[in-house]
Amino acid sequence: MHDDLNWAIGGEAGDGIASTGKIFAQALSRAGRHVFTSKDFASRIRGGYTAYKIRTSVDEVQSVVDRLDVLIALTERTVDENLDELHEESVIIFDGDRTEFSDFEAPDDTVGLDIPLKSLAEDAGGAIMRNIVALGAVCAVTDFPIENLDESLEKRFGNKGESIVENNKQAARLGYEYVNDEYADVENPYELETTDNDYVLLNGDEAIGMGAIAAGCRFYAGYPITPATDVMEYLTGRIEQFGGHVVQAEDELSAINMALGAARAGARAMTATSGPGIDLMSETFGLVATSETPLVITNVMRSGPSTGMPTKQEQGDLNMMLYGGHGEVPRFVLAPTSVAECFHKTVEAFNLAEKYQLPVYLTADLSMAVTERTYEPDEFDMDEVEIDRGKLVDENEISAWQNEKDQFKAHAVTADGISPRAVPGTEGGVHMSTGLEHDELGRRTEDTDVRVEQVDKRNRKVETAEERENFDYREFGDADADSLVISWGSNEGTIVEALDYLDDLDVRVLSVPYIFPRPDLTDDVQAADDVVVIEANATGQFANVVEHDTLERVDRINKYDGVDFKADELADEIKQTLEA
Amino acid sequence: MSSENVRFTDFKSDKQPTWCPGCGDFGTMNGMMKALAETGNTPDDTFVVAGIGCSGKIGTYMRSYALHGVHGRALPVGTGAKLANPDLEVMVAGGDGDGYSIGVGHFIHAVRRNVDITYVVMDNRIYGLTKGQASPTSRPDFETSTTPEGPKQPPVNPLALAMSAGGSFIAQSFSSDALRHTEIVKEAIEHDGFSLVNTFSPCVTFNDVDTYDYFRDSLVDLSEEDDYDRHDYDQAKDAILDADKEYMGVLYQDENSTPYHEAHGVHENMAELPDGAPDGATDLVREFY
Ligand SMILES: Cc1ncc(C[n+]2csc(CCOP(=O)(O)OP(=O)(O)O)c2C)c(N)n1
Ligand code: SF4
Repeated sequence: MHDDLNWAIGGEAGDGIASTGKIFAQALSRAGRHVFTSKDFASRIRGGYTAYKIRTSVDEVQSVVDRLDVLIALTERTVDENLDELHEESVIIFDGDRTEFSDFEAPDDTVGLDIPLKSLAEDAGGAIMRNIVALGAVCAVTDFPIENLDESLEKRFGNKGESIVENNKQAARLGYEYVNDEYADVENPYELETTDNDYVLLNGDEAIGMGAIAAGCRFYAGYPITPATDVMEYLTGRIEQFGGHVVQAEDELSAINMALGAARAGARAMTATSGPGIDLMSETFGLVATSETPLVITNVMRSGPSTGMPTKQEQGDLNMMLYGGHGEVPRFVLAPTSVAECFHKTVEAFNLAEKYQLPVYLTADLSMAVTERTYEPDEFDMDEVEIDRGKLVDENEISAWQNEKDQFKAHAVTADGISPRAVPGTEGGVHMSTGLEHDELGRRTEDTDVRVEQVDKRNRKVETAEERENFDYREFGDADADSLVISWGSNEGTIVEALDYLDDLDVRVLSVPYIFPRPDLTDDVQAADDVVVIEANATGQFANVVEHDTLERVDRINKYDGVDFKADELADEIKQTLEA
Repeated sequence: MSSENVRFTDFKSDKQPTWCPGCGDFGTMNGMMKALAETGNTPDDTFVVAGIGCSGKIGTYMRSYALHGVHGRALPVGTGAKLANPDLEVMVAGGDGDGYSIGVGHFIHAVRRNVDITYVVMDNRIYGLTKGQASPTSRPDFETSTTPEGPKQPPVNPLALAMSAGGSFIAQSFSSDALRHTEIVKEAIEHDGFSLVNTFSPCVTFNDVDTYDYFRDSLVDLSEEDDYDRHDYDQAKDAILDADKEYMGVLYQDENSTPYHEAHGVHENMAELPDGAPDGATDLVREFY
């Protein structure tokens, strides 16, 4: 009996693939099973191949693998697209009544279940429910209690009324019974156990949105762009309950400037976008840094350059975030390494922005943003969230900072590089800020000494942060291994799973969530015999950084075809690279 | 500082303006400071956002909370600040190039959003800071370094743009008519919604056509026209589209328009935060069960 199950539904965009997948994922999660989902979608609303994949197990799962056990094929192309992953125990559910499937035969060594999805759905109340019929069939194939699917259908359709929920439940029943009646003699190798565990299921964009609210973000301005839009959609309708507001701006230039205005007025503010939007925000990014405004800028990366492949995975914007913008300005770059870390790093990003009064890039990538994963709810413990507003001062504190002219020094040169911060409305704190070089009072200057003093002051914040914060890596694998694998951002889960396939090869894995400032990897790299940096881009942007920092050559594994790393494939590549 | 004893000089910074002697921006700024003081504002509760250009330097010369941003993007900054703290008096200022060229997209959207801010555009029909190129409000035959034979394009009509975007307060003033200018800006501040004040602020260095004399002779002051009703949309439309005359005063006001914060229920000062996650945040996690 297999418990670790890889499931997929595939068809054309517009076939309801995503919502069907989500319903099943939620049913599994509610049944106390771990779930990891991935989506393959084309950049169009109708037409084009789309798939939603789920890996589920009673143990934790954090990547996709190259194996497909149960496939709902709404089109014949779905089977073709997944041929490589099918095996002799794979079950393919299709509707032979559809002309497309009229002379379809399931590939050799797979089990084809021809189910009249559409007509059963019509029996239940409407052809639109054919995907639900298929889910009912899946329950039969996998011995999964159909009651768990019922709960998920109630959650999905509850607000559409009792009869819609009942019809859907009925549709699922018909699919379930059809398999039990017509294919009773088919050997069933799968059995999905349920457990009493409580899990929550969410994706990276949602985790970022939830983290923002938890961290006290009150103002969000953004312009829709795949794959960052979900952050805005999550916040819309929720942030208001916490006294906040979302503005859909006319473009990214406006979005970042609105967020800047709100931040200067004292709100915790954020904007989120993807690569092309980051480009547009660059000019204001410099203003945010020079005016020392705390701001969180989320970049959910997709494949570039230009409009690239909007719905495909890449980690190609690291250079842009590290070095982008004219002139030299301090910034922090955080790269969460999992869906849960999207939450925690978002909270941290807001604290860092205010403590050091600078822009913080928070970067996820497409895979992590759209991937749903199960976690124990405790992982998102709101009682653990702390809000640190740094040197935000009130009128009483301001008097201590006043100079002989009775003026507040918003850019005071301090030992730690951080000045007191007063927001409009605070008595006595009146000052002006500008993107021009300025003195301690915020007044424009071209005085050479003042210029140097202010540049040093701003850069000193980074040193201060390096002393005070814990910009560390996460570590996995065998601590004593001679081979070192380094990763940043979302590849962590896949690499951890790849360890299971590495057999006799021991490796130590460092997963780095802080791109700047970042942990010093010199000792780790020098102590290892072989080092490989894994990232989803062509030129090895992080590998370059590691080489620069450690003055050691490293090997690279790069993937830039737009498709996620897969654990088993990656294991092979690691082996080949380290043993070469 | 309580608002009763605020004088307009309290809004003056100790930095001497570097504007050319005679520049129209002096008068525009003085009127803005007077209007702020006379409407009961203090430097502590005022946030001035400025664009880039000679006009944009205004934030430096005024004394209030201020931000001098990047070229063309002052309106979004003002919008964010006002929404984050509705108690602030937010005033945005910049030039015709800043507002109607690089920033024209934001202008249209700021008008239609109707956020309660006052936007003063110092319109000199030229780019001052970059030393005399054509601006979107320059005349078609106005010869400049980049348009030796004139731009040969019709100028932007900012009042018409504002009207077409649903503007609820559309005014025009003249920097050297100190009393009227102050009055108009005061009305703009008191208007509940987005207010545009296009202020003719002559550039004495680069523009020898749109001069003080020209505006003094040609501007028709609507406050002296008995039969002009600023609440009459059609009358306002005719005046705004009138190709033969230039007007001073409030051309149009819709006192019943719904400002953004009313329409969207944004009334809170977002600066106040607890030490931890807000009450009710745990419900956010429950949603994912
Ligand atoms: C992105 C960008 N492009 C160009 C400039 C150069 N620039 C500075 S001011 C200005 C025009 C200003 O004209 P206007 O807004 O009419 O203001 P004035 O100086 O006449 O008051 C330009 C083009 C800039 N600062 N930033
Ligand atoms: S160049 Fe023109 S706009 Fe600029 S300060 Fe001089 S007179 Fe004023």
